[in-house]
Amino acid sequence: MPQDVTVFITDREGATHEVQAPTDMNMNVMELVRMYELAPEGTIGICGGMAMCASCQCYVLNEVALPEMGDDEEAMLSEAFNVKDNSRLGCQIHITEDLEGLKIVLAPEA
Amino acid sequence: MIETDILIIGAGPTGLFTVFEAGLLKLKCHIIDGLPQPGGQLTELYPKKPIFDIPGFPSVLAGDLVTNLMEQIKQFQPGFTLNEVAETIEKLDDGTFIVTTNKGTQHHANAVAIAGGLGSFEPRKPILKDIEFYEHEDRGVEYFVKDPEKFRNKRVVISGGGDSALDWSVFLADIASEVTLVHRRNEFRGALDSVEKVQELKASGKIKLITPSEVVGFKGAERIESVDIEINGARMNVPTDFFIPLFGLTPKLGPIANWGLEIEKNAIKVDNALDYQTNIPGIYAIGDVNTYPGKLKLILCGFHEATLMCQSVYQRMNPGKKYVLKYTTVSGIDGFDGTRKEAEKAVVKAID
Repeated sequence: MPQDVTVFITDREGATHEVQAPTDMNMNVMELVRMYELAPEGTIGICGGMAMCASCQCYVLNEVALPEMGDDEEAMLSEAFNVKDNSRLGCQIHITEDLEGLKIVLAPEA
Repeated sequence: MIETDILIIGAGPTGLFTVFEAGLLKLKCHIIDGLPQPGGQLTELYPKKPIFDIPGFPSVLAGDLVTNLMEQIKQFQPGFTLNEVAETIEKLDDGTFIVTTNKGTQHHANAVAIAGGLGSFEPRKPILKDIEFYEHEDRGVEYFVKDPEKFRNKRVVISGGGDSALDWSVFLADIASEVTLVHRRNEFRGALDSVEKVQELKASGKIKLITPSEVVGFKGAERIESVDIEINGARMNVPTDFFIPLFGLTPKLGPIANWGLEIEKNAIKVDNALDYQTNIPGIYAIGDVNTYPGKLKLILCGFHEATLMCQSVYQRMNPGKKYVLKYTTVSGIDGFDGTRKEAEKAVVKAID
C-alpha cells in the first residue's frame, strides 16, 4: 500500500497548511495545491502543468530530495517574477515518497 | 454594427466548434478574440504540444486541432473581430444584446456565448518601481510592438528570454537606431533560427546583448531617459527612448467579470442541467470559463457544452418550434457559402 506523504504548504496569505499528498495518483505539487484549494482557481496551474506560466512557482524551505530541474523549468523561471534561489515550479515536482516533510511557500501571484 | 445570431467571445476550440453546431441549425456566428489569431491557448501557449484526449485523434498537435476546426467551420462563414477584447454588454428591450469591444467595435446578437477560457491574455508586467507611471501616454514603457514606425531611429531596450523578445529584437534591429536585449540568463528559449539570427546581429553590432542581467529601474522626469541594469551585482545605466518588457502573456477574466454574471472560483456559474445559460437569460458560458458541479476543464467537454447551448439558442430564436435532430451522415451539411457536403450515395446495381 503506497503511503501518503506529509507536505507543509504556506499559502499566499501566509497561512501554513499540513496536507497529505498521495504518492499513487501521478500528481505533482501544483495539483496538490489545487486539490486542497490553497490558491483560488485561475491563479495557479494556468498552463495546466507544462512549465509555461510560472503561476505555480513556490519557494522550497527545507532540504528534501527534489527531482532535478529540467530545461523547460529553468527557462520559465528565468523569465518569471519574484524568483529566488530556492524557487521551483510546483508542476514539475512529482509527488513521491521522497517528498516526506517538504515545506514550501507559494510565490505571490504575478 | 456587426449583426449576428450568436456572438461568441473567445476563439479557442470551444468557441470555434460552436460555429459548426450553430451552422447545422442555420444560426450565424461571429467571434471576438483579444489575440491576433484564432485558437486561444492552443495557439498562444502550446501549438506544438500533443493532445491525447480528443475523441478520434490518438494524438493531435494543438496547432493542428485549431487548423482542423477552422477547416470544419469554414462553410458556415464565421465573422471575426480579432485583437479586440469584449468590454461592455447591453441588453436591449427585445432581449438581444449589444457587445462593444475595447476599440469600440459594436456587435448586435440574439445570444452571447462566452467561451473565454481563462480570460483574455494580458502582458505579464515586471514588478518595478514607477513602471505604471511610464506605461501611460507614450512615456516609454510598451508591452507590445503595435506600430513599429514608432520606434524608427529610436533607442530601444527589450527585456525577456523567449520567442517574442528574440523576434522583436531581430525585427527592430532594422528600424530602431539601437537595440539592447537584456535577459536574466545567457540561455534563450526560442526557435533555433531566431536564436541564430540574434547571434548574427550581435556579431555585426546591430543588437547589443546584456546577459545575465535585468532592468531594475528607470530614470527620466517626463518620460524614460534611461534604464538601470543590474549585471552580476553591478549597476549600469543605459540611455534609451523605450523599454519593452516581453515576458509573455497571462490570462485574466477581464471586463467580463463586471457583466453582472454569477462568478465562482474565477469562472462563470451556469445551469448544467439544461443549456449552460448564465444567470442572465441569453448569455451562455461554455468551455473552461464556466463552472458547475462536476465541471471538468477539458476540450471535449467544451464541445459538448457548445452543442447543447446551440439548441437552447435555437429554441430562444424559434419559440415553440420543434427541432428534430438530424445526423450529418444522413442529411449532409449545407454551408452558408452554397457548398454542400454529403455522404456518397450507395450504388444499387446487380452483380452478374
